[in-house]
Amino acid sequence: MFFPISNAHISPIYLAIVGFIIGVLGGFFGVGGSFIAGPALRAVGLHWNFAVGTDLAHIVGKSIVAARRHRALGNVDLKLGLLMALGTIGGAEVGAQLIQMLKRKGHVDVAVSIVSIVVYLGISTFMIWESRKTLKRNRGKKRSKASRADASAFKPVTRTIQNLKIWPMVSLPTSGVKSISLWVIVVVSFIGGLFSGFLGGGAGYIRMPSMVYVLGIPTHLAVGTDLFEIIISASYGTFTHAIKGNVDILIALVMHTGAAIGAQIGAISTQYFAGPKIRLFFVPLPLIGAAIVIYTLLTGQRL
Amino acid sequence: MKSEAGSTLRAFLIELVVYAALVVAYFFLVLHLLGGALHDLAVHHRYIYALTAIVLIVAQAVFLEALTTFILRLLHGRSE
Repeated sequence: MFFPISNAHISPIYLAIVGFIIGVLGGFFGVGGSFIAGPALRAVGLHWNFAVGTDLAHIVGKSIVAARRHRALGNVDLKLGLLMALGTIGGAEVGAQLIQMLKRKGHVDVAVSIVSIVVYLGISTFMIWESRKTLKRNRGKKRSKASRADASAFKPVTRTIQNLKIWPMVSLPTSGVKSISLWVIVVVSFIGGLFSGFLGGGAGYIRMPSMVYVLGIPTHLAVGTDLFEIIISASYGTFTHAIKGNVDILIALVMHTGAAIGAQIGAISTQYFAGPKIRLFFVPLPLIGAAIVIYTLLTGQRL
Repeated sequence: MKSEAGSTLRAFLIELVVYAALVVAYFFLVLHLLGGALHDLAVHHRYIYALTAIVLIVAQAVFLEALTTFILRLLHGRSE
């Protein structure tokens, strides 16, 4: 099939299958999946700028489907999602500016690569440690099914963060958080946005874990709320990229036909797994991201 | 339990076939026709193109979510 906007010939079946895979991952983990979509679009000859912009457009559609399904399952905190969107957009702008600054100094590739490898490996190592510790602790104790479903070995630190009394305080009844400083939410979302602007993609691999460990949001709600928040931030990203001529919406629409069904499967599947299990399954995603960056750094070829 | 899982899998496979047929028709009818117009917008009117792109992806997401939900409900209704 010919796509006139990006001047590319790509099989629609290939695009729908890639969309499906990313949809399943997105629905289950609450991530955008740009670490797979970017290389997959590059592999069929799409220019890097189109791969980034088009991926964002497809993320908007996929996140709507998955977030609607999660909402039906009671996994979306709208208030938290809206508050986080503000910080994310601000952070994304600062991240993009940082990239421009590094570009001018000529160190952008090395700096971005090293930062992303450290971040990806750090998240994976921490999540392996935390989820395994939690699962081991749950095995030994007699707890109710509900409390076991979203226990965390990091809970004492999370409680300390929730107890920081920095005005204004907000409550998140849907997420079961009685009181938390608005600044903590803004900082968490700002950092997520910063990495999104700096490293590209939706940065769900940072936002989802930080919602669980820093804000104390139950894992299922973190996945659903992250997807809701991604709708807003990815729409903003799509708009700015489309103005710069980096979006082939036809490719995004075709990818989304696969993603729509994959996202529903992913979202429904979360019902069958407890929070620590979802977090443990999440671990390979940042590792794949790290492997792609290491490959790019060593070979000089961008996947 | 096993029969429930089997019927869910069967319903899902039927849904996939129905969905794939609709999507193929969509590729050829809608996207093929839209291609030229969207290309013109992308070249000459970037801001309108950016807005149209978001409207299209949102509309498709809402439509496909409703479609898959409808097919699933239809299939489950029949199997009950």
